Amino acid sequence: MSKNSKLLSGPINLNNPITVQVLGICSALAVTVKLEPAIVMSVSVTAVLALANVIVSLLRNTIPSRIRIIVQLVIVAALVILVDQILKAYLYDVSKQLSVFVGLIITNCIIMGRLEAFALGNKPYASFLDGIGNGAGYAIILIIIAAIRELFGAGTLTFPGIGEVTIIPQAFYDFGYQNNGLVILPPMALIVVGIIIWVQRAKTRELIEEV
Amino acid sequence: MKIDTNSNIYTFIYASVMVILVAALLAFTAIKLQPLQEKNIRVEKMQNILQSVGIETTVDDAEAQFKKYITKQVLVNTKGEEVKGNAFSTNLKAQTRLKKEDRVLPVFYAKMDDGKKMAIIPLRGTGLWGPIWGYLALENDFNTIYGAVFDHKGETPGLGADINKDWFEKPFKGKTLFEGDKFVSITIYKGGKGAAKLAGDTKHGCDAISGGTITSKGLQRMLKEEWLDNYEAFLKKNKK
Repeated sequence: MSKNSKLLSGPINLNNPITVQVLGICSALAVTVKLEPAIVMSVSVTAVLALANVIVSLLRNTIPSRIRIIVQLVIVAALVILVDQILKAYLYDVSKQLSVFVGLIITNCIIMGRLEAFALGNKPYASFLDGIGNGAGYAIILIIIAAIRELFGAGTLTFPGIGEVTIIPQAFYDFGYQNNGLVILPPMALIVVGIIIWVQRAKTRELIEEV
Repeated sequence: MKIDTNSNIYTFIYASVMVILVAALLAFTAIKLQPLQEKNIRVEKMQNILQSVGIETTVDDAEAQFKKYITKQVLVNTKGEEVKGNAFSTNLKAQTRLKKEDRVLPVFYAKMDDGKKMAIIPLRGTGLWGPIWGYLALENDFNTIYGAVFDHKGETPGLGADINKDWFEKPFKGKTLFEGDKFVSITIYKGGKGAAKLAGDTKHGCDAISGGTITSKGLQRMLKEEWLDNYEAFLKKNKK
């Protein structure tokens, strides 16, 4: 595999930001009650991460090392506020749905983690790919968790632009099937993450540590 | 010449320039986009008001529909007397900070296609993470609820955020605010769907949201001591 395609595919499995690097868990809990905000959040984080990676990478030789964290924060915060303002002006409905979570992108550990670990030491194009790859790795996990939680918690799946689709037929409920309220609550997100990590480690030889 | 990126002077200059650049960029965007954002908020308010009397609008025709159906906008004080001012742009949040007798309260009157008259009362309260608000449409007797809409800034998705869903708002229809001559408003019962019925309160009771207890409690306060009781005198005066 070439170095560049490794940057893209690595974070999706072997170096997944959530399940392997254990970054960005907080938002994985917060926005995964429904599928739609999870998808929109994934797209926003990927966009902000790729852009921030490129900007930090371009500036990497000029940033004074003593204030580099502050510089990174300012760049990320400025990007997030821009995204928020633009959403409010042109995509008002989406911005209402994401509400506080847009602001929370700033505190997403994946972004600071990748800026610090990758963008500061690599060229812009590689950093851009790293941003997209990590964004995608984050997105996959978020979407899996959200799909599970919404399906078992509410019996529906909500897609951006389409709206709510009822998956579990009324006949099930007539027979006494009930939505699981626990799945909606935050602890269940952690348990689902745990199960995903378990499955991934059991299936991937490279991730199993020597005893 | 190679610049020493670790010197104090370089660090100071770098930080200052960066802050000024970023501030300028953000200020510029905020000012440029402000009219669009304000229009979105205005249109949404109109849509919400119309929705409380059951009229669905799109973003494009909201302003025309609002002109068509909303016949009168007035401000009243907590004694129920009409006062001067612009009802639509009255900031409810600012009113909650005033002393009760100084507050001015907007009321919107609507005339439906079938000639029915409605009074729409805006609501304002606090949920778990931020403000919640809504509109209560009352029939001509100023007692029976014709429709209710609620919305929120950032309640928990799937839980408290569901106050703006149909299944939560629909049961308010037909409930009454007065028991005889006493203002009792609406009580929200904890215990999920069917809780109000279990408690035997079918005239003034609605179900809270399971898992959204704090939001439900905020909504309860908004319908009683925190906001709606400001209108008590006004409602009593007009009640039939």
